[in-house]
Amino acid sequence: MNYENQEFFAPGHRACAGCAAPIIVKWVLKIAGPNTIIVNATGCLEVFSTPYPHSSWRLPWIHVAFENASAVASGIDAALKAQGKREGTNIIIFGGDGGTSDIGLQSLSGMAERGHDILYVMYDNEAYMNTGIQRSSSTPFGAWTTTSQVGPYNIIGKNEFKKPIAEIMAAHKIPYVATVNPAFLPDMKMKIEKALKIKGPKFIHAISSCTTGWRHDPSKTVEIMRLATETGIFPLWEIENGDFLKMKLTYVPKQRKPVEEYFKPQGRFRHLFQNPEKIKEIQKMVDEWWAKFENKN
Amino acid sequence: MKITRGVVITEPGSTALEETGSWRTFKPVIKYEKCIRCMICWNYCPEPAIEKQPGENYPVANPKLVKMEIPVINYRYCKGCGICVNECPTKAIDFVREEK
Repeated sequence: MNYENQEFFAPGHRACAGCAAPIIVKWVLKIAGPNTIIVNATGCLEVFSTPYPHSSWRLPWIHVAFENASAVASGIDAALKAQGKREGTNIIIFGGDGGTSDIGLQSLSGMAERGHDILYVMYDNEAYMNTGIQRSSSTPFGAWTTTSQVGPYNIIGKNEFKKPIAEIMAAHKIPYVATVNPAFLPDMKMKIEKALKIKGPKFIHAISSCTTGWRHDPSKTVEIMRLATETGIFPLWEIENGDFLKMKLTYVPKQRKPVEEYFKPQGRFRHLFQNPEKIKEIQKMVDEWWAKFENKN
Repeated sequence: MKITRGVVITEPGSTALEETGSWRTFKPVIKYEKCIRCMICWNYCPEPAIEKQPGENYPVANPKLVKMEIPVINYRYCKGCGICVNECPTKAIDFVREEK
């Protein structure tokens, strides 16, 4: 069955104009269809989609704390199994980058290790946007946030590197790990469809632009996400069964754009243009990552 | 308002009762004579405030497209983010200041 024309995520939610998270959610639900249970870790998505007494979800949905989304989903999986109703039901977890790579990592790791048949979708807006743009382990190097302020003593912004959460999940040797970008919609649809067909724990890392936190015009949301992949900063790939050697790049830009093009429209990287050597450093890192694969092909 | 046990929300998709259209400062307006009905705006609308509707009675860019569905913006929900304006391949969507 194709549910592409059905909306399982209702309008009227309170996401900022230009938020990319509802685009990801709406497409995941369209592909999963009506026989789906959603577990939602605390985060922007949970806050804006369920302003009490209303809900945007037209599917069974449960809100849980930051740290136990995967644990609750594991429980749902076990309960359905015990009742003999497990066949044909998708269990999907939505978590932000804070709820996934910081606070929820232990329960996510446990779920992956126990091998529950669950799809985890992480929408990565690269900071704690809901509470006021605090840095998370998923914030990229050089980004301004309210807890990595830029000033005379810190000209870079965040000094540390982004946690490679998708690689961490692939190292669990789970059946399917992929990175997706809503700006590359056919690729995203294909990966979600593929993930839902596979039995076992699956992890999808989706980039999700935040107009408030990334400091850009709301209308540029999709354009900026597209630039993230075209510049090579957010590569699209998939790894099956933790086999890093067989990692498949699903989109290889013919000519990678310079990283400046991704940084320029975003206010959170504005200070980097006063330190061009830092941009060169980032460009070098991106080039090194791609060099590993370009030589192979 | 009656508070349910465990603050369970019993009605699915009830945010649709609320209007977020009042958030808008700029309003996207589709010029159907330029629209090629590719549905890219429908794909990317985060609300979703763009609906698919039968397009026989609308002006068309190309007579071959008559049978295809058209995107119609529901201004009750449209927050005016402008993603559709930015992504439209034929620039068929105008972004005009909201006047009330």
